[in-house]
Formats: sequence, C-alpha cells, structure tokens
Amino acid sequence: MIALVVNPIAGVGGPAGLAGSDGAAVQERAEALGSRRRAAERARLALETVAARSAAGASRPVVITAAGAMGEDVVRAAGLEPRVVFRASSRDGAGETTAADTTAAARALVDAGASLVLFAGGDGTARDVAAGLGTDAAALGIPAGVKMYSPVFAVSPRAAGALAAAWVAASEAGRSLPVQEREVLDVDEAQLRVARVEPRLYATMPVPYLAGRTQARKSATPASEHAAVVAAARGAVRSLRPGVRYLLGPGGTMAEVARELGVAKTPLGVDVVLDGAVVRAAASESELLDEIAAGPARAVVSVIGGQGFLLGRGNQQLSARVLRALGPDPLVAVAPEQKLIDLGGRPLLVDTGDAAVDARLAGFVRVITSAATTSIYPVTAPDAEASDPEGEGHAP
Amino acid sequence: MSLPLAPKPAIRRFHQASWDEPVIFELSTPGERGVFVTPIEPGVRDAVGDVVAALPAGLRRATPPALPELGQMRVLKHYLRLSQENLGADLNVDIGQGTCTMKYSPKINDQLIGTPQLTAMHPLQDPADAQGVLEIVWSLERMLAEISGMDQVSLHTQGGSAAIWANIAMIRAYHEANGEGEQRREVITTIFSHPSNAAAAKAAGYEVITIFPDAEGYPDLAALKAALSPRTAAIMVTNPEDTGIYNPAIKQWVDAAHEVGALAAYDQANANGILGITRARDAGFDVCHFNLHKTFSTPHACGGPGAGANAVSAALAPFLPGPRVVREVAADGAVRFDLRDTDARSIGSVAPFHGVIPNIVRAYSWIMALGAEGLLAAAEIAVLNNNYLLAKVLEIPGASAPYAAGRRRIEQVRYSWQELFEDTGISSEEIGIRMTDFGMHYWTSHHPYVVPQPFTLEPTESYSKAEIDEYVAVLAEVAREARETPEVVRTAPHNQTVHHTHHDDLDDPERWAITWRAYQRKYFGAGTPASAAEPAETAA
Repeated sequence: MIALVVNPIAGVGGPAGLAGSDGAAVQERAEALGSRRRAAERARLALETVAARSAAGASRPVVITAAGAMGEDVVRAAGLEPRVVFRASSRDGAGETTAADTTAAARALVDAGASLVLFAGGDGTARDVAAGLGTDAAALGIPAGVKMYSPVFAVSPRAAGALAAAWVAASEAGRSLPVQEREVLDVDEAQLRVARVEPRLYATMPVPYLAGRTQARKSATPASEHAAVVAAARGAVRSLRPGVRYLLGPGGTMAEVARELGVAKTPLGVDVVLDGAVVRAAASESELLDEIAAGPARAVVSVIGGQGFLLGRGNQQLSARVLRALGPDPLVAVAPEQKLIDLGGRPLLVDTGDAAVDARLAGFVRVITSAATTSIYPVTAPDAEASDPEGEGHAP
Repeated sequence: MSLPLAPKPAIRRFHQASWDEPVIFELSTPGERGVFVTPIEPGVRDAVGDVVAALPAGLRRATPPALPELGQMRVLKHYLRLSQENLGADLNVDIGQGTCTMKYSPKINDQLIGTPQLTAMHPLQDPADAQGVLEIVWSLERMLAEISGMDQVSLHTQGGSAAIWANIAMIRAYHEANGEGEQRREVITTIFSHPSNAAAAKAAGYEVITIFPDAEGYPDLAALKAALSPRTAAIMVTNPEDTGIYNPAIKQWVDAAHEVGALAAYDQANANGILGITRARDAGFDVCHFNLHKTFSTPHACGGPGAGANAVSAALAPFLPGPRVVREVAADGAVRFDLRDTDARSIGSVAPFHGVIPNIVRAYSWIMALGAEGLLAAAEIAVLNNNYLLAKVLEIPGASAPYAAGRRRIEQVRYSWQELFEDTGISSEEIGIRMTDFGMHYWTSHHPYVVPQPFTLEPTESYSKAEIDEYVAVLAEVAREARETPEVVRTAPHNQTVHHTHHDDLDDPERWAITWRAYQRKYFGAGTPASAAEPAETAA
C-alpha cells in the first residue's frame, strides 16, 4: 500500500528567496511576499502519474493519507481514493500544520499498513517523516521544498509518481522494488540565511529506486550505484585488523560497513567495534575516550553530505580530543568513488573545532573506495579556506 | 548547364531500416540446409574408416548441437537485414565514439588480409613456410619500437586490456625477479586513465590507488607524491587522458615513480595525436602499449578484433610474452625468421600463437603506406581536427569542456552538457539517443561519470571539415530541440529500429538474458530451444 503526506507549507520560502520555509515568521513573511504554495500541486502531479499508470490495469490503488491539505485533498484531486488515517491536531489540516504533525502522520500511515510513504516537501519534511517512519516502510520524496540536499527525492514529481506506480505494480505481483538506505540531511536555515551552509546528517531512510528515476543517474545503473557503496564497505571491512577498536561513524556508507561486518549500527551514533562485535553503541565522547584508552583504535568515517565533511558534521562525538587520543593515524576514510567525484574537485573537509588537530589532518587522505582500491584525496579545514568562502558550491 | 537539383536540407533526413527480423533460431526449419556435403566415395571410406570413432569419447557429442537449420540465402538475408539495422562505422560520421579512435581503415588493408597468402596460413605451420608473415611481425615490432623509443616489442596480446594486463604482469615479474615482489603491493593510476589499468592491476593482486585531477584539471603531482612509497610497484597512466589533456608534468611523474623504485607504465591507447611527436621512452617510461585497433588502421571493437602491442625498455625485455619472432642472418647473408621460446623470466604466452595476424598486417600496411612523415601528418591532422571541433562545439549554448579552461586538447575532448541539463532537464544520454535519429553515433563516458553529463568526441585524422561541420550541426540542432521541443528529445529515438531498451533487467541475474537459450530458459522455463528437440540430420 502506498501512502501520501503533504507538508502544505513546504517550498513557500523558496520563491521569496528566504532559503527555506522553517518557522512561522518566515512563512508569514513569504506569504506577505506573495509566495504560492506548491507542495499540493507537485504532489498532485505525482499522484496523477500513479492514476494514469494504474488506469490501464484492474484496480486503482487506495492511497493511505492524512486529512485535508496534508494529503486527502491531493489524492482526490488526482482522481484516486483516499483512506484517511490521521488528522492534524484540532485543525483538520485546514490551518497551519507543524513538523510534529508530519511526524505523527508518517507514523499513522505506517501503522495503517503503508509500505511506501510518499512525502511532498523538502529536507525538513524528510527529517520529520524519517522521525515517524519506523523500520518497516520505505519512503520517497516528491520534490517540493526549497532545500533538497538529501538524496531521498525523485528527480521530478512525475518521476516520483512513476516509481510509486512501479511499487504498486510490484506489490501486486508479489515482488518488491529494491531499496537503498539514503541519508536525510538538513541545514540550519537560520545559518543558511547568513550564508553559512552546514548540512547535518539527521537520519537514514530506505528509498526505492528504478533506472533513471531517483536523481540524475551518475552510475551505469542504480544497482551499480548501490553496488559501489557495498564495494566501498567491503573494502573498508577488508582493511580492519584484529585487536583494534574501530569507532564507526554515522551515515549510509557506514551502515553498509556495519552490514558487511554483521553488526547492528545506530544510524546517527558512533559505535565501537572490536573483532567483529559491537562493544559500545552510540558512544559519547567520554565513552569513546575510555575505549581508546583500552587499546589501539581508529575512527572509521565517511563523507557526510555534498559538502565533503569527513569530520565535524553529524559525527561531532569524534571530537578533537578523541582524534588526539587516536594517535598519529586516526582515520580510516571510506566512500564510494562517486562521493569524491560529486565534490567537483573541491577538497574533503575536517572541522573538529581545534585548529591544531585540523591542521594535522589536512593534506591528503587515503579514502577506501572499493575492495583493494583507494584514492588519495586532498583534505583541508574550512578555516584554512577562509579566503575562499564556499558560497556557491553546495550541490544537492 | 547543370540540371536543377532540389537543395538538400542543412540537417540530413535519416531513417534506420526496420525489418522486424526474428532471431535466427526462430527461422529454423528442421532439415533445411545451406550446403549438402557430397557423400564420401566408397573407396575413400574404406581406406580411412570411421574418422569420428578415432576421436576420444570425451570429445564426441552424444547429441547433435542445437543449431538453427536454414538455407544459404535465408542466412544471407538475415544478416544483411540485421546489418541495415545498425549504425555501421562505414555509414555514419563516427566521431562520437571518443577514446575508441574510430578512424578510417583503408579498404586495401582489408583486401590484403583476405588474400589466400594469409587466409590459408595455419599458426602451427613450420616457420620455414611462414617467412612472409613472420617478417611482417618482426618488422612491425621494430617500427613500434622506433615509434615508442622502446627497445623491444611483443605483438602477442589480443586487445587493449589484454595488453594492459601484460604490462602489469611484466611489472610483477620484474619486481619478483628483484626480490621486491612482497614489498611492492600498490599500483597508482589516475581517475581519467582508462579503467582497465586499475582493473588489470587489481586482477594481478595489487592494491590500486587512484589520483583525482588538481584544481586546474591536470593529473595532481602533489597527490601522486603523497601516494608513492616503497610499497609502490608502478604508476599506470593514460596520457593524454580521456579528457584529451596531455599531462604537462609527465616527466616529473615518471621521475617521482623511479625515485621510490617503482616502474612507470604508459597506456598509449590515446596515441593517435602524438605519433612522431612524443615517445614513451623519451619521458622515461619503462613499459607502454599501443592498441593496434585504434591507432594503426584496424577497425575497433565490433568493427573487428582488437590487438595490443607491448613495448618495453631493455631492463623489461626478458619479461615480454612469447614465443618471439627472431631474425637470423646466416653466414652467406641469407635472412631467416624463426620462432624462439622465451626464457624462464618471461610472463609466457598470453594468447594462442603469434597475436592477431590480420590486425598486425593491417597495421604494417598502414605504417608502410604512410611512412614516418605520414604518421606525423596523421597525428597533426587528428589534433587539428580535434581543436577545430572543440571550437565549434563550444559555440553551442549549454556545451562546455571542463578542466584546463581555455587550453587546447590533443586528440579528443570529454565535453559536458551540464549547463544544458540544468536549463532543460535533458541529459547527455537522452541527447545521445536523439543523435541516432540523424544517423550519428554518440558516446557519453566510462562510468562513473566524472565529468557531469559527459560526451566524448574524437574526430581523428580521417574526417573532412565538411563531416565535422555536419556532426556539429546535428549536435547544435539537438541542443536547440532540448530547449525548444524537449519532448522530442525525451521521447527519442523516432527514426530508429528499436525504441528505448529497459535497463533494469540488465541488473538482475534472474532476468538478464544474453543468449537465445538463456532467454528461453529465464522467460519461458524452456530447457532447450524447440529446434534442438528435433534430431538434426547429420550430413552424409
């Protein structure tokens, strides 16, 4: 069963040049500037594609959704039948909805049996959906927000609809589409408005894929894109040595490393692995320092987001103190080659908050990109880049 | 007074033939034959006996092969129809398949290899009866030694990647012979070198380190120096890279490798623009290879078989694959060519017999026809054509040539449609498909795409200005369509035999089917094709 949740106010700040739509003040200002709400329109485009694809078949899919503007209206407008399982508190979706409403709606949709949750919005909406998604359902973004750094959005509303239709068709045939664990990133809009872009990793969610339907295709096929992540993870696992504590950082690639190791991984935490077993999950900075004191240790990190941060975004537990304690060769860096390519020639970044530690890490880092394959890639600290503020280069 | 002819449109109107031709197995009629073999005369049969029974039981089939059964004319029509559904190298302006060096292969060279003097030869023939062929092999080796500056050459390998494999196999043997096999476990290459360099090194058991370009788009010398160590076995680089950029610090790259005791291997698949201009050995390289099927006349890939040539310095010569052709001069001055087994240090035989003789003859004929001056002229015209094409492509709004901005390129360019993609949502792959509607071939890039929305063009020396202009005009037309009528591009091809293919099946072992039998098995649960169920009639 597919489900839909719409963040009605998503994207409202974009046309007004407000770098996002978070916060009531921004929303009011955007409305005052004459912004149109486009989330409903884009969600309708997606669902119309689902309707068109299923028109030829026997049954039109019922779409599990939230009342009013949070989905029901769009489902009807697209000519499909809604099954309303959630109402935004006291408003029936008629007034302004909040982030908590989106999270609660996502949870209700999954509880009602949704296997794929379509959501219309941007990175903020993705964050809220991820918080309510649980572990059993997949999700797919209908691009309608201002910020879309997270690789969880289809290339267009129609592409999202085509994927959803394929999901329905596969379910009816007793199959399922492949999914890939993708990162939910968001930037603090207040900082973005003062030209400081620091996307952080908030969660991961399983996203279905089909040739050419999720983002611009860079690999030969989506399957080979996934295979590249698996290969990088295998390369990393192959390099691990017995008797060494490995501090596994967060992120999609690290989740794959954990899968290859056969250990459970907290999506956003730093987990300590010794000889193939987790000895400390979601460790704090001081817990990490305790582990490092117990024997040889290294941090295993991946590239977070489009900015290319190895350290300092989403893995702040790996602090300057931790890195100092790790000794002269503190990092095992892992990333599929595509992540380096996507940097478009920009260096990897480290920002531990300690200039001396950052300076020591700067230079070149050896990044494991596949089994028996590494890249030597430049690393700098953003402070060292002060003369070249990164205003332009943040590809979603 | 000339006849009034209607002028042709600026852009060629084209439509691919479509024959709706079945798979040849579906055409099979039990018992139909192309040739009925004459029965064996009783006298011969009595004298020879049952020749099949003389074969070991393990080599004899229990059941006849499941082959299609067709008359000669039906086979001829079948393959001619299929050939019309292709964009053949001799039909289209084939500059869109960059890095493959789709140059014209003069037909005289094909005629030479079709003569009985070659087709009737057998590789196990006594060298005394194969003096001409052996002399061609020996002479071509000497020519390629001169072209590369290297000491010795082997023509054993049967393709570019096989030659790269031979390069790393020789490097491995060299280090092992020097007692450094265990120590030197890493090979360094660049992201824009042909991926077979990384693949071959990995297959040979090495850890591979790739280097990204520096800020200006040149291979990053500082990164190389950070990667080099006493563990380095070799650097393996293509130059010019597939971007068409010639590494201006290539000598420093080689020197830096030598300083740590590593060897330097040069992938010269892109040699078409440097013949007679630079030589691998002059830059200090220890090993290099050519793709005869790119640089020296022979058609590439499906246009014909590949052939590699490995050239090495004197220090690496003992490791060349063999057996080798040797030239001996007798006391009376008589010259004789012979085959000599290699010594224990050689990496041995990397292919059956003596290499791909037809390609060796084509390359020999091509070089002999051009001479040293002709080779230089070919390289210069290839570079001139490429830079003319570069200037014309950059006039198309939305096209760019990332890296080394404003600089000229050698023999090819990896362009980008990123700007057009951002404006229109039309991807490079979609443009490539639309190009076929105009009868033009087009290629993006190896994966993963390093240049965003890439396309790679290589005009070689073969194409005229008129043909390059025609190709650019079609590119510009498709780019215009992407802006003005994007649905036309998005739904292309419109003038082709087949429409879009579905790629998902190619990722799924349950569904991919690259043979008729696999297709029947996976999609219809059939054990063997229908024609095999009927016992085939054995001739005579």
